[in-house]
Parts: sequence; C-alpha cells; structure tokens
Amino acid sequence: MISLSVNGEARDLEVDPATPLLWVLRDALGLTGTKYSCGIAVCGACTVHVDGAPVRACVTPLSAVAGKSITTIEGLSQDSSHPVQRAWIALDVPQCGYCQSGQIMAAAALLARNPKPTDADIDQVMSGVLCRCGTYSRIRRAIKQAAELKAKGA
Amino acid sequence: MNDLARLEAINPGRRAFLKAGAVAGGGLLIGFHLPLAKRAGEAEAAANEFVPNAWIRIDANDTVTLRVASSEMGQGVYTAIPMLLAEELECDWAHIKVEMAPADKAYFNPIIGMQLTGGSTAVRAFWTPLRQAGAAGRDLLIRAAAQTWKVKEDECRAENGVVLHKTSNLKASYGELAAKAATLPVPSEVFLKEPGEFKLIGKSTARLDTPLKVNGSAVFGMDVKLPGLLTAVVARCPVFGGKPKKFDATRAKSVPGVSQVLSVHSGIAVVADSFWAAQQARAALAVEWDEGANAKLDSAAIRRQLERALKKKGVTARNDGDAAKALKAASKRIEAVYEAPYLAHACMEPMNCTAVVKKNSCELWVPTQNQTAAQFVAAQITGLPIEKVKVNTTFLGGGFGRRGEQDFVAEAVQLAMTTGAPVKLVWTREDDMHHDYYRPATLNRLTATLNKDGMPLAWRHEIAGGSIFSRVFPNSIKNGIDRTSVEGAANLPYAIPNLQVTWVMENGAVPLGFWRSVGSSQNAFITECFLDELAAAAGKDPYVYRRALLARHPRHLGVLELAAREAGWGTPLPAARTRGIAVAEAFGSYCAQVAEVTVEGGQVRVPRVVCAIDCGMTVNPDTVVAQMESGIVYGLTAALKGEITLKNGRVEQGNFNDYPLLRLDEMPQIEVHIVKSSAHPGGVGEPGTPPIAPAVANAVFAATGKPVRKLPIRV
Repeated sequence: MISLSVNGEARDLEVDPATPLLWVLRDALGLTGTKYSCGIAVCGACTVHVDGAPVRACVTPLSAVAGKSITTIEGLSQDSSHPVQRAWIALDVPQCGYCQSGQIMAAAALLARNPKPTDADIDQVMSGVLCRCGTYSRIRRAIKQAAELKAKGA
Repeated sequence: MNDLARLEAINPGRRAFLKAGAVAGGGLLIGFHLPLAKRAGEAEAAANEFVPNAWIRIDANDTVTLRVASSEMGQGVYTAIPMLLAEELECDWAHIKVEMAPADKAYFNPIIGMQLTGGSTAVRAFWTPLRQAGAAGRDLLIRAAAQTWKVKEDECRAENGVVLHKTSNLKASYGELAAKAATLPVPSEVFLKEPGEFKLIGKSTARLDTPLKVNGSAVFGMDVKLPGLLTAVVARCPVFGGKPKKFDATRAKSVPGVSQVLSVHSGIAVVADSFWAAQQARAALAVEWDEGANAKLDSAAIRRQLERALKKKGVTARNDGDAAKALKAASKRIEAVYEAPYLAHACMEPMNCTAVVKKNSCELWVPTQNQTAAQFVAAQITGLPIEKVKVNTTFLGGGFGRRGEQDFVAEAVQLAMTTGAPVKLVWTREDDMHHDYYRPATLNRLTATLNKDGMPLAWRHEIAGGSIFSRVFPNSIKNGIDRTSVEGAANLPYAIPNLQVTWVMENGAVPLGFWRSVGSSQNAFITECFLDELAAAAGKDPYVYRRALLARHPRHLGVLELAAREAGWGTPLPAARTRGIAVAEAFGSYCAQVAEVTVEGGQVRVPRVVCAIDCGMTVNPDTVVAQMESGIVYGLTAALKGEITLKNGRVEQGNFNDYPLLRLDEMPQIEVHIVKSSAHPGGVGEPGTPPIAPAVANAVFAATGKPVRKLPIRV
C-alpha cells in the first residue's frame, strides 16, 4: 500500500507501485483533469505539482511520490479563483482545451517560484508544454496578467 | 471501411421546416421537422418525435436550453451556435444552458447533409436556419403574451427572456409563457433582424466552454466514466495492410487487471480494468505479423511512384485559353517541381471511443466530428437499427479532420459487443501517429511563360497524388476529379489568359484523410511560391505583382492590401529579416498573410505574422482572431517541421520527439485584422492555414535567393 496526499486529501492506494502517477490519478482516483497525450514526458499535458514542483505525471511512478503531496488541476483552487485560472478565463485562452490543465499547472508553478517572470522566463518554462491549437500568444499574455493579479493580492 | 460511401449515397439534404412543440411541465420546444421519406427499418414517427430534435427548449422555470450539433474541437462552435439561436430568441444570454445534441437527422449540417463538423461550415451552414428557429420562438412567445393580455402582438416586444407590453407595465417571463406558446401554430414566415440590429452577433463574446477548461471539469472522450468501465488497447500491424500471424496471450493475460485478449478487425485487443494494465499486457503479446505486400514500402519508393504518375496524362480540372500553345510561344519560361509530404494530424487527445452494446441498443461516448457516420458504423456492426444507436458527443481534444474517421468507433463497438461490458478503447500517441489518415503527399510540376512585360501568359500546374474522396466519398468524385486534391490550385485567382490544372490520381498503401484546410493546405504553398518565382523572374515585387493580377478579385485584393499595409510592406526591416506574402481563398473566406523571417545557421525563425481575414459577417470576432492564430500555428508547424516518412512499410515517426510541434518559444507575434463585411459568413476554422507556409517560404526565398519547393522548409 502506498500513501500520499492528493489535493489535500490523504489517500491509501493498493496499486502496482510502478504505475505512472498519471494513471493512478485518472483510473484509480477518477481525477481526469490531468491529461494523457504523449506518455514520454515530451508534451507536458500531464503536469501536476508534487510538493509544489511541476512534475510530468506520465513518467513518474507511484512509488516515487509515496508520502508526498500532489496537486492536480482539480485542486489548484476550489472555484477557479487561482490567479492563473482567472487570467485564463479573462483572455479566453483555451481552444480545444486538452493541453490546458498542463499549461495552467506549469504556469502556476512558474509564478509560485518566480512572481514576476520575464518573457524569457515564460518562454523557457512554457515551451515544455505543447499546444496544437496555437494558444501560445494568449498563454504569454495570461501569465503576465496572472502575475499582476497575484501581485495585487487580488 | 467503406461505410461512409454508403452513407453518402443516402445523404438526404432535404429542406427542413420549423416546428414547435410542448414539453412536460409546461415548456416550449423549437426545432425543425424533416419531411423524410420512410425507408425500410426506420421507426414509425411517434407523436413526440419532435422532442429529441429540438434546438431550443424553454422550461416553465425559465431555463433556456440551446443545443449545439457541431462538435467543439477548439474552434468555438459551442459558443457561436448558441449565439445564432439566442440573437433572435432574445433570451437572457447570461442564463442559457448549452448541451450537445444527440445524433439525429434534424441536426444534419445543411451544407454537408450529415451531422458532420468539417469544411469550416458550422456557422455558414446554420447561419440562417438557427436564427429562424430563434425568431420563431420569439414570435410564439410574443403571441402567447399578446393573447394572454388580450393586446395586439405589435404592442409587445421581447428582451432578455421577458416579453413586455410597450404601453403598460405588463410583463411575463419566457418560462411563464412557454406552455401557452407551445399550443400556438408556428409562424409560416419569420422576420430576421438586419445586421445593424444584432446584439450578440458580431460582438466578442466570452467562450462558454472556457470555465470548464480551466478547472479540469470539461469531459473529453478520454475522461468518460461509467460503472464497470473497462479499458482496451489494440495491437495493430505496424505495416499498412498487414495482419496478425500468431501471438501468445499467456503472458498478457497474467498481467493483473487484464480480463480478455481478443481479435478485432484491426488487430489484437487487450481489455483490462485500467489503461496501464492494458498497455503492459499489449506489450507482452509478442504478436508475429504477416506484413503483407507493403513490407518493403518506403518514402523513396513512394516518391518514384509519384514521379511515374506525373508523367501520365492527368484529368483536367481547369482549362482557360490554350496553355499548351502559349507555353511554346513565349520566350521566358519557368519550370519547377514542388512537393509536399504526408502529415499526421497529431491531435493532443489521441483517438478513443467508449461504447456500451446491449441486446436492443448501443450507446457511444465519443469525441467525433461525424455523429452520423458514428451512428451508422455502430448500427452496421451491431445489426441494430440506426435510431437504436445513441451518440454522446464529448469535447474533442483537437479534430483537424482526423475525428471524422470511424476506425476507433468501429473498434470500440466490436469490443463492447464481444465483451458485453462498457469498453473505453484508447489509442496511445504512437498508435495515433502510426495509424492516421495522413494528409496526401503530392508531386507537382509547374510551368509558366511570361509576356514581354513580365506578366504570366501561361500557367500549367500538373498534380500527382492520392485521393481522399476515393476512399471516403467516392460518389463525390466528379468527372474523375477529387476536388479536395485540386482545391487551392484549380481556383487560382490570378489573371492569366492560358491556365491549365491537371491531376493524376495515384493512390497507394498509405491511408489518406482530411487535414485542416485539406488540398488548400499544400496547393496554396505550391501556387503562391511559384507565383513568387514568376515575380522574381520578371524582376517585380511579389506584392505589386499579385495586385496587378487580382484586379478582378476584390476580396482577394482587399485582404492582400490590408495585410501588406499593416505589415509595412516595403518599409525597412530589422537586420537579417525578410518578408514574404501570400493570399488564398478557402472555405468561403479570403486570407492574406505577411511573414517576417530570419534565416540563420540553417534555422528559419518567424518572429512576426500579419494576417488579414475576410470571412464575411463575423459571429464572435475574438474567436475569429483565435482561429487565425490557430490556423497559422497549425500550418507553420507543418511548414517548419512536419513530415511523415515510411521505412519497411511503417511510419517512422511515433511521438512528439520525432514529429515535433511548434513550441511557445517559436510562436510568432501574430496580428490579426478582420475585414468589415456584410457578406454571408465564410469559414474560419481552416482559412488561416493555407497562406502561412507560402508566406514563410517566400520570405525564405527573399532571404536566400533560392526558391523553397519542398515542405518542410529546409535551408
């Protein structure tokens, strides 16, 4: 049995410890906001926070996160009030939306570490999360807006 | 699978009539009645047949539900379609409910004759009928109020979900009036607003799906949950046309959670209680394949096949003047061979479908662009009547044409039928890339001559490549021409007196499909780059050259001039930057783009793109902007990186490491300018894609002096 915390809730799991965290979240816990797209840590659609740091859930075995605290898109805020979510709504960032959980989790982790990211900081971090619809321009703008919202404590 | 061809043969395309009806609890429904000729096996219409076909439902509690029959794959129909309905209905936009329509003839796209989202048609097709449906609802509600109050109808008006009497303080909500409205006859004629009276249409409106897509609650096909749901993956022969020779299920079955290993039409399926178990077990199957006739097929052989095809006489798609004669006569002759590769769609959400098959029913939960075909295919496999197949359309994690196909639906239905359990069939990324229906590869010979002023006297474009329609809609091949193969080439807008476009159909083993903007995606590259070669040969500026040739095409000219002006065409650029320009008409819209590029160390970068779009009247302008950004990124990814190659009968690329996508740090600054227009709406999902490859390639030509004749661009 492996114990961990998911979105603030203690979970004890009887799952093969080699199972990637992504499939534990999706199949065992029913948290389908975290997406599967590449399975080899290239696209970032499965990005979640492990003890606050962005991690690719598709290549992270359950055994590697035992005892740790996981946050998924469902747990980023109770009511979509996280500054990144609010900026995303204000700018209508998503199109198909499939990569957006990963984009938002990557952006939230960036702002947690670096409250005032430069264009270069954004490029460096966010280039790891692929979008096929071309929402990149809006992602850049939304991260700037989220940083402002956060700075204002709004 | 040729089921789509049979579907095409029964494609009705009949005129629909407005219909209203009552709903239990005192509500109103507005929809269309289709006077369908009865066919064998079609159920007798029940008295309430209208109920499942409605577009608008108004309940006594004031809930207004609007249905969307087009698939939401990022292009914004989940918002644009309700805007069309709500504009005339005058309901309260802030309190509408939206739901996806089931599969039903009442929801057929009037342009396509199926419930299919493609060809950038959703707004164009539903522009008039859905505003009429909204207007009919408003008319009924106003009449219900007038009769209740015993006043004249023209003394009443509707606004924000309420009918008001103009000269008194009488008012009633739509919910209060719905039961009475449902008893009144539907107007035989409805009056639609003039565009100047629109309150919603033409105003940027927040997308209704955004809140669901920022907190993980949007349900994509991958996210469907059902009690007892099993997950299946299929091992398919990596070589096109191959089949399993033998396999050993022993090890696969020993993986914990695996319930069954069984055959389906496409290979060997593993069914398990989780994706991870199914995938582990599939890897343990040790399938030995009979690779069949294509075992040695590779890209070089396909190239040679196309070279041979290009020597054959093609069918003529366009023939103005006498190109053969004019090509011999003039002095300055330019000839070039252009080619475009196979491309995968690479939707972020890999293919998947969930199915439940019972004795008398089948239900699907599927991210599909083609509900009609999904329903049809499921009926064929199960032997059930079509109306016993229920299709629930989820959100689509990208579509781009791939999700109009039914291969994944067929697998899911077969598995659900055989196992008797609810099954979610999931493709891995590698499955998705190895078993796509690819954008056709083509080889093109272009020949032109110029007159003494440097203007084109003759243009011949010979195309050799595979046909999408020959597999999907063979009845749509007219006079030997698959119009998707020549679109963007046969409709060349330039004033050239002798113009010939021919096409040789050369199908092979690689399955072909619709890829965002289809034929125009590559023909715009080929024709617009060749035109730049002619301008260069004439010693003329490519923008000025185009203008001179577009005098009789005001909408092409309009976007060309707008893009050039906004981009500062002809003004100095930062060091090492060059510009390229291209224009294309596709899906009823006109789009021009100016790309700025740098070419350094063998690498092409695109810092800026200026886009002008004339798509007629716009419904949601912010969505038009987003779709231009989207179409540009899709086309730019292909122009700079996209190539599917074959070796030993297999697609060599399998994931985003070897089929890379454009990343955020490569994203140009994109500036979109929308032409104000009162023309009928055109498409917006695809028209942004065709001009980007030639705009970038022409800028590279300007930088290097060497024309780009092959995609992806390599310098």
